[in-house]
Amino acid sequence: MELIHKNLPALIVVLPLCMGLLTAIVGRRGLGWWMAMATNSAVLAMAGQLLWNVMHNGAFEITYQMGSWPAPFGIVYIVDPLNAAVLLVVSIIACVLTLYARKSVASEIQKNRLHFFYALWLFCTTGLLGITITGDAFNLYVLLEISSLSTYTLVALGRSRNRRALTAAINYLVLGSIGANFYLLGIAYLYMVTGSLNIADIRHILETTVFPTWATDAPQYRTTVIVGFAFMAVGLSLKLALFPLHGWLPNAYTYAPSAVSGLLASTATKVGAYVFIRVIFTLVGVNFAFGVLHTETALMVSAGAAIIIGSWLALKQTNLKKMLAYSSIGQIGYITLGFSLNNVNGLTASIIHLFNHALTKGSMFMALGVVVYRLGNARLKDVRGLGRQLPVSMAVFTAGGLGLIGVPLTAGFISKWYLVTGAIQAHRYEMAAIVLFGSLLALMYVWRVVEQIYFGKRDENAPKLKEAPVTMLVPMVLLVAASIYFGIDARASSWVAQTAAELLLGVKA
Amino acid sequence: MTPEMTIALALGTPLVGSMLIAMAGRIPNLRETFTLLTALATFGLVASLYPLVIQGGQPELFLLEMVPGVPLSFKVEPLGMVYALVATLLWVPNSLYSIGYMRGNNEKHQTRFYFCFPLAIASAVGIAFSANIFTMFVFYETLTFSTFPLVTHKNNSDAVKSGRVYLGILLTTSVCFQLLAVLWIYALYQNGDVSGIDFVRGGIFKQGLASGLVAPTVFGLLFFLYIYGIGKAAIMPVHRWLPAAMVAPTPVSAFLHAVAVVKAGVFCVIKVTVYVFGAETLLQYNQGHWLIYVAGGTILIGSLIAMFQDNLKRRLAYSTISQLSYIVLGTALLTPISIMAATLHIIAHAFGKITLFFAAGSVYTAAHKTQVSQLDGIGRRMPWTMGAFTVGTLSMIGVPVVVGFVSKWFLISGVIQRWELPGGHFDEVFVLVVILFSTLLNAGYFLPIVYRAFFKPLSDDDLKHPHGEAPWPMVTALTFTAGLTLFFFYWNKPALELAELVRRAVG
Repeated sequence: MELIHKNLPALIVVLPLCMGLLTAIVGRRGLGWWMAMATNSAVLAMAGQLLWNVMHNGAFEITYQMGSWPAPFGIVYIVDPLNAAVLLVVSIIACVLTLYARKSVASEIQKNRLHFFYALWLFCTTGLLGITITGDAFNLYVLLEISSLSTYTLVALGRSRNRRALTAAINYLVLGSIGANFYLLGIAYLYMVTGSLNIADIRHILETTVFPTWATDAPQYRTTVIVGFAFMAVGLSLKLALFPLHGWLPNAYTYAPSAVSGLLASTATKVGAYVFIRVIFTLVGVNFAFGVLHTETALMVSAGAAIIIGSWLALKQTNLKKMLAYSSIGQIGYITLGFSLNNVNGLTASIIHLFNHALTKGSMFMALGVVVYRLGNARLKDVRGLGRQLPVSMAVFTAGGLGLIGVPLTAGFISKWYLVTGAIQAHRYEMAAIVLFGSLLALMYVWRVVEQIYFGKRDENAPKLKEAPVTMLVPMVLLVAASIYFGIDARASSWVAQTAAELLLGVKA
Repeated sequence: MTPEMTIALALGTPLVGSMLIAMAGRIPNLRETFTLLTALATFGLVASLYPLVIQGGQPELFLLEMVPGVPLSFKVEPLGMVYALVATLLWVPNSLYSIGYMRGNNEKHQTRFYFCFPLAIASAVGIAFSANIFTMFVFYETLTFSTFPLVTHKNNSDAVKSGRVYLGILLTTSVCFQLLAVLWIYALYQNGDVSGIDFVRGGIFKQGLASGLVAPTVFGLLFFLYIYGIGKAAIMPVHRWLPAAMVAPTPVSAFLHAVAVVKAGVFCVIKVTVYVFGAETLLQYNQGHWLIYVAGGTILIGSLIAMFQDNLKRRLAYSTISQLSYIVLGTALLTPISIMAATLHIIAHAFGKITLFFAAGSVYTAAHKTQVSQLDGIGRRMPWTMGAFTVGTLSMIGVPVVVGFVSKWFLISGVIQRWELPGGHFDEVFVLVVILFSTLLNAGYFLPIVYRAFFKPLSDDDLKHPHGEAPWPMVTALTFTAGLTLFFFYWNKPALELAELVRRAVG
């Protein structure tokens, strides 16, 4: 046990990686699902333990040296409240979606390929967890590619239902690779300046030897650092689908298998947002990103546009998965806005929304997955009058929708509470207004569907639908119950988020 | 039983009741028994707090902290007591009335109807007893969502459309204005510019304004945001949801849209004016002046529109809009007596208006009539119903012998008290003119109905379709509320004592 405890930060990445390889080899005849389920449950337990450990050790940090090579020579994994929280989000979602995937994926993918699906599923989780935990900028790129490559394939697997999944996957692949390579290019520029790939070490060198010269007559590497950061910012914006670089997202979410849509919506963009926060607050520092470059202005404009335009486009969709995809673009706007405010409440809002939105959106995609499972499609007219035939899934969809709107007693309200307070404290009243207006747009696009579900009339000769199997219902009910629980008693989630925010801003005593 | 426990039970009983109602869905008689028992128990619990409050006690209940520093907590003070008592007391006759109405009209989905009602009541009690602006906002929103299924009960396209207006206006105002104001005040509180987010005597802005931490313009802006954020008070131009909500079954209109929901609105207006902004502070910094004119305008325009409505429920809805603004007007005058008048009018209007709606629903159930022009001679066939309607009418006009007179009396006293303040008297003259004209208008749109019902002969068509009174539960309910309307003119001690406490809290 002692050995496991000491090596938790490494195990949480290595275990799903090895199990993924194993699943591809021996995971036939349904064994693949069992292996994925067992792995993700173990990962969830480890993530929970890591968060507990980091919140209860005085320094709020756990450093793990790979092969005992000290930084900056070896790769280190660093756990702090921020990435421990993200690790937990990723592993919760991965775990419940694996349970959900059993029936859902079996209906969407040929039987003899199922073990490959679960292998990719585990690689994707590996990548996301690794990106989150690593303290090394280049290692981060490698893991980013692991998760991205497996995601492209997972999206493409939606082809048996709709061949447009293939174009969506190609589109995603091209744009995703550009994003990843921009990030890599940015790292290369910073490596030119600092000669280091360790995040903390790069920051240390920048702070001690590079930034001080900028106040003098002979600023060193000023352009190089700015260009490097710009490449990283654009690359990451692509990865997290920040407006206007969101083009790949709607189709990828829409045509992927239901379980994959849920995983992508709840984790992939969240991890992207995490990396962005890490780059700004830990790698280059706010004094550079916001003080010298005023990145926050650009971010706020993008975020504001994402909230308004994303929500507006969501209102226009008749394919409900696509509606949720556009809604996600808006929600990414909220997350981005939060950290661009550069105060504790705003950053807390970003971090807590990573968690709250993952719960909400995950459950909504799963609820729509039931409609897809029964009907093969989820358009607005398909859900007409389904409130009586699929009572549980449609109730989950509605409760999730209330969370998207930010109705009190749902988790979405807590995020909005922090976000608007942060905006007002930063004297960004227009942003506060945009956030609140965004809630109204969310009300419109959610209510349009809710009206169809409960007031619409089903066609006379439409087939009568059965509620989803238990393995699909349990995960979505769990997530939506959590989103309500964390809307009523948000002490735990806001404690972690606020601690992380205070540490990032350096105001934690 | 400790007062804390009573508060918790008053909030919890309706929730438990709605669960029991849902479980008893297949046995209508049992389900209705649960409804009545829940209503009685909730009223009993709220009423049992009355002696303590009248002695100056303010029992508190801390439920939980939603986020650090922002508790969901409750505190019973006289004003909240008035609203909670009115809402839970009138729920009892309304439950009885609902039984008659829902069965008499063979409405569908009755279980859902009875299930949602207690949820709305729990929200109303939550609003009444809330100890801070955050708790109030939370329950304000749950009230909106729990009443939505009731408004759209009929499930047809009309109901869906009206439901959209209902949610649209109530949520737009509460999210864009009220939530913004709440969070703005919270942000000020975190910066240390205001003294807290709890409701306190004299408001929370005094020190901040005195020391210059809060600019008077921000103070005034927040007041504006807050007042318009309370869409449930139906101040023009955000009143449209109220006529739209009339698509609901009549017990919903009677109780929710004449008592619980709209009174939640005006209650919140009084509460934040007195306990967040502070009447004295508003006067001192000369903010919120506009509200007198907006409320005065709403009273007159509402009455004028009511005059031209032939649909009885719509006429009552516009009358409600106009009457609610009496309460807002009393608040906007910012003197202790006028705020006392506003408090009393919550009670007076509730008793009168629920009676009027009960009568309208009873006419619909017995005679299937919805328009004023169809009511010729109906008073002879439905003497109890139209008798009660007449009592309600007199209360709306504000003539002596009914409770409506009491609140109007105090409102005029409030104007006189304000006369003593320095400065011009234009406001006071305006208010007096509004009161005079609106009394005439009220008489103008209510008395013709009474005249038609009792003095015009039945039409030939009506003579061919005989009908009697509505089912007995409905007649009992409306007689009871008409009785309250009369009774409270003579025995208004409990109401006056509470209102007196509110007056003292103002200044």
